[in-house]
Amino acid sequence: MSAPNTAPTREYLKPPVTEVGVIGWLHGNLFNTWYNSLLTIVFAVILWQVVPPFFSWAFVDSVWNGPSEACRDIDGACWSIIPQNISFIIFGFFPEGEHWRPGSAMLILLGLVFFSKSSKHWKKSLGFYWLIGLIVMGTLMYGGVFGMPVVETAQWSGLPLTFMLSFFGMVAAYPLGVMLALGRQSKMPAIKTLCVVYIEMIRGVPLISLLFMSSILFPLFLPEGVTFDKVLRAQVAIILFTAAYIAEVVRGGLQAMSRGQFEAADSLGLNYNQTMRLIILPQALKIVIPPTVGILLSAFKDTSLVVIIALYDVLKTTKVTLSNPKWTGYSTEAYIFLAVLYFICCYAMSSYSRKLEKTLHTGR
Amino acid sequence: MNENNAQAAAETTDTPIIEVNSMHKWYGDFHVLSDINLQVKEKERIVICGPSGSGKSTLIRCINRLEEHQRGQIIVNGTELTNDIKNIEKVRAEVGMVFQHFNLFPHLTIVENLTLGPIWVRKTPKKEAEEMAMAYLEKVHIAEQAEKFPGQLSGGQQQRVAIARSLCMKPKVMLFDEPTSALDPEMIKEVLDVMIDLAEEGMTMLVVTHEMGFAKSVADRVMFMDEGQVVEENNPNDFFDNPQHERTKLFLSQIL
Repeated sequence: MSAPNTAPTREYLKPPVTEVGVIGWLHGNLFNTWYNSLLTIVFAVILWQVVPPFFSWAFVDSVWNGPSEACRDIDGACWSIIPQNISFIIFGFFPEGEHWRPGSAMLILLGLVFFSKSSKHWKKSLGFYWLIGLIVMGTLMYGGVFGMPVVETAQWSGLPLTFMLSFFGMVAAYPLGVMLALGRQSKMPAIKTLCVVYIEMIRGVPLISLLFMSSILFPLFLPEGVTFDKVLRAQVAIILFTAAYIAEVVRGGLQAMSRGQFEAADSLGLNYNQTMRLIILPQALKIVIPPTVGILLSAFKDTSLVVIIALYDVLKTTKVTLSNPKWTGYSTEAYIFLAVLYFICCYAMSSYSRKLEKTLHTGR
Repeated sequence: MNENNAQAAAETTDTPIIEVNSMHKWYGDFHVLSDINLQVKEKERIVICGPSGSGKSTLIRCINRLEEHQRGQIIVNGTELTNDIKNIEKVRAEVGMVFQHFNLFPHLTIVENLTLGPIWVRKTPKKEAEEMAMAYLEKVHIAEQAEKFPGQLSGGQQQRVAIARSLCMKPKVMLFDEPTSALDPEMIKEVLDVMIDLAEEGMTMLVVTHEMGFAKSVADRVMFMDEGQVVEENNPNDFFDNPQHERTKLFLSQIL
């Protein structure tokens, strides 16, 4: 007689060979039905036609560095457009001798971001480090002290501008979006109406028109002689835009919360602020990490729209390189490089978000 | 009668700690609670039973203002429940509630679940709150799970944690809204045992439940509600052996 808590003994056989390993996978996924088998063959043919030629264009017949003349008669890609113009593509109109300044500023920013990733560092000292870092970055970019010549914000361009606009855009838009979402749920009619009007109006227009309005229309209302820094205008437009979308996503998260959580918090005697801060927002914001990251990634890529107000982000600097007659024919290479650059940044953000979700997946 | 007098009066065991006078509640047009009158003395244990939709959960939820009443008076520990948020918070600090679906905070550990209320509402220092939390966890026999998260516990364990969480606020009254209805039979006993211990220590309890065994052994009074009204109210022996109304008889015949 078997032990009371276990099932009776049985034989454990091995599965059949067509169901396991590589053959099993192929059989199960690519050739399981007649139309799947047909699709597999069709795609295999397409890949055969496309991949080897692309591979030989990009890697085998290509030129990786050297003057533009060397590229004239080759069949492959002319990647030299990138190394030859890298300085302008990355730093834009920032004065030639001073490139170390935006370079260091970017490194400091990236360093702080990487440092903040690990939850071990989430202490009060982190805020302090960020404050110091931001002051140093601002000084490096603007100059005027320690013998560094002043570089006006209008000349800030290229990758540092893209990073700066997206980073500060995300960091400011997120808390603003959360407050808008909470305001929209408010029982006070004035606050609720204000938030709804803001969100719906901002979502109703494209970012490009907001940039346009902030740059062209807004200064018309300012008194004579008062100007607003151009980069600041773009930054504010990006923040206001992103915040409206974050607000709606957070509202979705708030609606997903079960009433029981609110009731348990109420019955313990927690007030509104405590309930939101300690109970509801930690859970709601965690639920909506995927769509939030989507919005932030869009914000990062939307920085390329600042070209409309004559700011030179990394996309525009690349285009300017292409307008040089020496390098005009090589737009494919330039845009592939840009795509890889954007991809690396976006992939880093999105894989961090997955890691964050896993870390916060506490027991649920 | 001004508030301070009412408070002092409530402290003597003669004045009821909960007073519900001619209370009516509507959900929109639907008259869910009709002319409820209830006096609960300190240390009294009251079981409220009845068919679903009878308003029993709504009644106890009105006592800690999770639901609002539209007519009548509810006075808890000398404080009348009105729209004044200060009164509501005062009442909620003295009234603990245990829910059918536990409602533990899933993103916090068990200990953090318990210390949250004392730290943020009563302003207890963290260390003291943790010691108190561990003591209550010992009391409900679940101290070894202190650092786990609610999702890692079984239903019965979660409900015991929920009871401990309410106890950490040192309430004068505990409300139980069908505490064992979401548990499977093996776990019901462990939760009822904790509730019986609580009752024997003198906690004032209002329990909405279908567990008639608990009512018989622990309750001072059993109330039967149907369609928003209190149909019958009696001590357990007379209630179960000698029900007066037809409706009560019908209900008891179905569940006993």
